[in-house]
Amino acid sequence: MNTNDALYTYCVRLADTAVILSQRFCEWCGHGPILEEDIAMSNMGLDLIGQARGFYAYAAALENKGRSEDDIAFHRNEREFTNRCMVEQPNYDFAYTMVRSFLHGAAAYLQYRELTKSGDETVSGLAAKSLKEMTYHVRHSSEWLIRLGDGTDESKVRVQNAVDDLWQFTDELFEMDEVDQMLIRNGIACDLTQLRQEWDQMVDEVFSKAGITKPAPGGFQSKGGMKGMHSEHLGHLLSEMQFLQRAYPDAKW
Amino acid sequence: MSGSSHPDTARIWDILNEIPDPEVPAISIVELGVVREVNRVEQGTEVVMTPTYSGCPAMKAMEDAVRERMKEEGIEVSIRIVYKPAWTTDWMSETTKAKLKAYGIAPPPKLTFEHLHPLSSTKGTEVKCPFCDSKQTRLTSQFGSTACKALYYCEGCQQPFEHFKCH
Repeated sequence: MNTNDALYTYCVRLADTAVILSQRFCEWCGHGPILEEDIAMSNMGLDLIGQARGFYAYAAALENKGRSEDDIAFHRNEREFTNRCMVEQPNYDFAYTMVRSFLHGAAAYLQYRELTKSGDETVSGLAAKSLKEMTYHVRHSSEWLIRLGDGTDESKVRVQNAVDDLWQFTDELFEMDEVDQMLIRNGIACDLTQLRQEWDQMVDEVFSKAGITKPAPGGFQSKGGMKGMHSEHLGHLLSEMQFLQRAYPDAKW
Repeated sequence: MSGSSHPDTARIWDILNEIPDPEVPAISIVELGVVREVNRVEQGTEVVMTPTYSGCPAMKAMEDAVRERMKEEGIEVSIRIVYKPAWTTDWMSETTKAKLKAYGIAPPPKLTFEHLHPLSSTKGTEVKCPFCDSKQTRLTSQFGSTACKALYYCEGCQQPFEHFKCH
């Protein structure tokens, strides 16, 4: 593996996570609990598609095999997707979607903040753009966590259940491998383990305002998304997301 | 001098400044701040643009408008997209903000610390009603008809209005 291959993999991972989360947000379109939230989730989904496009397009250029951003997004199977497993989990309910948006968003915010200092100009540029968007995604979801956690008996139960269930995917948000290590050495990527403490502080601050109990450490943690190991939900998501491009290859708008 | 492959960049800026933002036609794409540079390159002229939001669907429309308008003028341009420095509403001039207000959109205030930190509330940020200038306004939705706008309601004149978000 050379730096070019590592950077390709790194960019595809970031893009995969963004595009899969985007797809989950977009599933709410027309089904939001209120019109404003329907619009909010579609808007955030759109931001994430934009972020994914940027990283896919850069990956395609690095690979230099004539593939486009669409080819990478729509012509790979689930074992080839390298997103964090948290984002592929079904929406279940609004609380679950907001908790995921917050837990993932806070980690993505910190990662992009560090990547703005990347030695790779394209990565730092895309990170600067994405950072601004993750800032208000986290603001949006953190405010909902507080409202739900400090809300009715029903909303408290739902938001706590979502936290308890999604917690098993939190360690994975900081998982790294040889790709990260190589790019850290080259000044391109950032060390996620060094961001964990700050992420915990963000989580603690919001959970304490919301009255949410943080799950005790030591529970089961799911890992492996970056290596293509996924839950059963990803295949179903892809069958919908990729349908048009699979049924009508190279279809254009 | 017609037919020159290197027209005056000042003239290109003037032409670009006539292209309206497809979603907020009261201001031009130059006033919006998405046109960053106009450079002379070997193959004619290069227009450097930056997106407002990563997934903004209007970006493609803006690029197409630039190409079409330049073609009409007989000017050969290539478009290069850059992401850094990231677009900010602070690039809008006071004149541009006044145009937004006249169009019925509350313009963005200056970026503050709160806007850049996800756990800082921006609820204290004052947004004046573009119709009656009342400060008695409230946020109804952080997201609106386009990625760049939020929805507000004015208690002064009982009107809903859009606010161009600080970004």
